[in-house]
Amino acid sequence: MSNRLDATGLSCPQPVLLTMNKMKELQHGELMILVDNDTAKENVSRMARSQGWDVTDVQKNETGYQLTIKKDA
Amino acid sequence: MKNYFSTRWGIIGVGAFIGVIAAVLQKLGNPGNMGICVACFERDIAGAIGLHRAGVVQYMRPEIIGFVLGSLVAAYLFKEFRPRTGSAPIVRFVLGVFAMIGALVFLGCPWRALLRLAAGDANSIFGLLGLTAGIWIGTLFFKGGYSLGRAQKTYTSVGWLLPLTMIGFLALMLIFPQVKGEAKSDILFYSVKGPGMMHAPLLISLAAGLFIGFLAQRSRFCTMGAFRDLILFKQAHLFTGLLALVVFAFITNLALGQFHPGFAGQPVAHTMQIWNFGGMVLAGLAFALAGGCPGRQLFLAGEGDGDAAIFVMGMIVGAGVAHNFGLASSPNGVGPHGIAAVMVGLIVCVFIGFTMRQK
Repeated sequence: MSNRLDATGLSCPQPVLLTMNKMKELQHGELMILVDNDTAKENVSRMARSQGWDVTDVQKNETGYQLTIKKDA
Repeated sequence: MKNYFSTRWGIIGVGAFIGVIAAVLQKLGNPGNMGICVACFERDIAGAIGLHRAGVVQYMRPEIIGFVLGSLVAAYLFKEFRPRTGSAPIVRFVLGVFAMIGALVFLGCPWRALLRLAAGDANSIFGLLGLTAGIWIGTLFFKGGYSLGRAQKTYTSVGWLLPLTMIGFLALMLIFPQVKGEAKSDILFYSVKGPGMMHAPLLISLAAGLFIGFLAQRSRFCTMGAFRDLILFKQAHLFTGLLALVVFAFITNLALGQFHPGFAGQPVAHTMQIWNFGGMVLAGLAFALAGGCPGRQLFLAGEGDGDAAIFVMGMIVGAGVAHNFGLASSPNGVGPHGIAAVMVGLIVCVFIGFTMRQK
């Protein structure tokens, strides 16, 4: 999977802003986002859903979470 | 595990709770339209430890201590305590200093601006407009690539430093309790007149702070974020919490006879509208660049964010500067150097916003 975004260590609102910019660039498809805190996880998920993307997977890892969001063409 | 508090109804419930508690704290002794004010209360703490000698605003506010410790408890309970630091600490300190100066020109943090509105103080409208304008400028910087850079994971003890400082403040307050009519209890200053002498009983203030700190950590309640997300993402999630705060504080104020609409004679407020606006433009911009309102910075510090802790320290030091240099306003209007300080602050914030950009 090539669409990856590392938002670890960044504070509000940057994880959401970066994700939004990437979503606009991609238009649709699958995007993986790394975040390191629960607030960013919630905020990114909330924004993705509001833009019509599905949060298809949330994996906990040693630094935080890996989110996968998806939108069909 | 689903975090109920971060849902739509969760944030509304937390906003409503804060609104009611703030109005009740005022009834129990806190200053007028200042049931809770993070900026004012940090300023009072700066006074209590003698960083400034404005005799009317010196009191170790237990609400602030409770905010940090309540958040700490919630963060540990839900495994969200994450010690981290290193995202431009000196910048956060400077932003904290100017955020406080801006807030003290207006006379209140965003929370108090909302509480003033909910109590009928129409001057607060200009403050809230200024806050919105400042945050809007901040969002332009974010769109232009502004970033304070990444924080790093660090030792647990680093995350504990601000909570420990707060425990230390509480200990000082218990070791050197207020003596009625005395301006000093050994090393701690206690106002004998003015807003600094007005306070709810210690244990009630502390308990209120702990509850709010706990709930705000869970819900991510943030007044700056409310405006920012609305402007930047057209997202009203946090804003609904803010509206709930105003509505419920308003209802509680009505019930307690604390609603007095008008401009003149409002408690701890002035009517120089340009500077009610201007002060909050500065504060709003500084909050936006630092990523959170003063309350949120306390809650973040409670969950281990060392950079937020630096911002808090900046605000406390900023309060000392503001009162020592005549920057803070009073009910008579702006201080002798308040206007100059707002100008300097805006220049500094714009400098930070323009120069800290990632390509």
